[in-house]
Amino acid sequence: MPLARVPRVVVIGAGHAGFQLAASLRQHGFDGDVVLIGDEPHLPYQRPPLSKDYLDGKIGLDLLQMRPETFFIENRIELMSGVAAAEIDTEARAVVLANGARVGYDHLVFATGARNRVPPLPGVGLDGVCYLRDLAETDDLKQRLAGCQNAVVIGAGFIGLEFAAIARGKGVAVHVVELVDRVMGRVVCPETSAHFVEAHRKTGVEFSFGARVERIAGANGKVAGVELADGRTLPADLVLVCIGVEPNGELAQAAGLALSNGIVVDRHLLTADPAISAIGDCAAFPSHHSGGHWVRLEAVQNAVDHARCVAERLVGKSQAYVALPWFWSEQGAQRLQIAGLTTGFQQVVLRGNYAGGEYSAFCYADDRLLGVESINKPADHAFVRRLLAAGRNVYPEQAADESFDLRAAAMARPA
Amino acid sequence: MPRVTYVSHDGDSTTLDVPLGTSVMQAAMLHGLDGIVAECGGSCMCATCHVFVREDQLKLLPEMELGEDAMLDGTASPRRPNSRLSCQLVMTPQMDGLVVDMPETQT
Repeated sequence: MPLARVPRVVVIGAGHAGFQLAASLRQHGFDGDVVLIGDEPHLPYQRPPLSKDYLDGKIGLDLLQMRPETFFIENRIELMSGVAAAEIDTEARAVVLANGARVGYDHLVFATGARNRVPPLPGVGLDGVCYLRDLAETDDLKQRLAGCQNAVVIGAGFIGLEFAAIARGKGVAVHVVELVDRVMGRVVCPETSAHFVEAHRKTGVEFSFGARVERIAGANGKVAGVELADGRTLPADLVLVCIGVEPNGELAQAAGLALSNGIVVDRHLLTADPAISAIGDCAAFPSHHSGGHWVRLEAVQNAVDHARCVAERLVGKSQAYVALPWFWSEQGAQRLQIAGLTTGFQQVVLRGNYAGGEYSAFCYADDRLLGVESINKPADHAFVRRLLAAGRNVYPEQAADESFDLRAAAMARPA
Repeated sequence: MPRVTYVSHDGDSTTLDVPLGTSVMQAAMLHGLDGIVAECGGSCMCATCHVFVREDQLKLLPEMELGEDAMLDGTASPRRPNSRLSCQLVMTPQMDGLVVDMPETQT
């Protein structure tokens, strides 16, 4: 039965996932209306460079943008910037905006991302306590960094360490405070944590592990230091808080959708409402690469591949989401690339020159390869991505054998 | 200003002014050109800004580093001897007149 009018896809969130969904719909020839609602006032922009080249001043806003404004006009993508969605009327299939206006949809996609976790610490509201997630936060941080002498980073994840490397490069004294006993503990193996701590220490970054922050101290409303539970006070004129994120799922929850570490979707990235999907950082989905367990990933790859999968479904080419997850981080001269999901690994096999800082850590459950962390070893990463995406294994004995030809294995035609 | 011509897989060609110091990938993104994806934003991490360079112009380009060489083995359209990642092709005066062919697919 032909539709009485052109169908309309509405996307809430104009980050990597939302932008890619709109762009992919048009690439696939979708002829209906496409509405992209974003609560930031800018054109959609790339986030990874914020904590890297943009913060460092190597690229400007023009190179941060996904596409110029003309792209949205030419592709008939109605971009509503600086607009927040307040409510979803699932009965009438409409998004209610903060200003009360309604935008009807035939299909709605949540690409609402995540927001910074804010610790319930005394002093967290002081001037000089910063975050690094969106453009406005990064612009503020960049300005403050120029006059900064002592920076304390709370949380030793990707963002904190990327910031630490850039701040050190600008001559700022940097102290990283971490609750657990190693860096990037949630995502890399202990061997890789040790490598990165050593690399950062060589450039002068200081670390405190197993360190609990009691309060952020201030004077005249401005941050002055970070007080730890062991009694020490670290001087600071800038504090970067990067202790992870919370998925933005409240709108979905209020619309009656399930929330469990993100908006719950099936392997087609569809919620329990057949007219609503969720993609990117806000979505909890059963991953083909984690034995079907529900995961929520914070990654550009995940965001854009989710978007492509849903765009294909909306033009009638429905397929389960199976893309291989991969991640990267650049910290000073150190390049980290991860292929696959290594959560729950039992064994690590190091391949390459660990002492020289060019190696890969192959992470296993029994003898099944879950994923690989490549440090300054992009070739391994490229080959492992091919192998894992094709569902092929590299056995621990093979990974440990330097004469095993990883390239040949990756390039071989599947049997 | 030096110019670069981008030829799509369908044969459509677009010529852009590319400032010195800007990469062939960045210029394409700034103009909203289809055919180059650049998922990682130019960090030589994703191999979705793959281009083919005309054989006689290969020698005009910056030398290929190990990271690029490695990532080219992971491109969606198969690598050829004249494959490069356009995020690594930062414009120099001698690259004026460069022609790059874009592959069938980047993802």
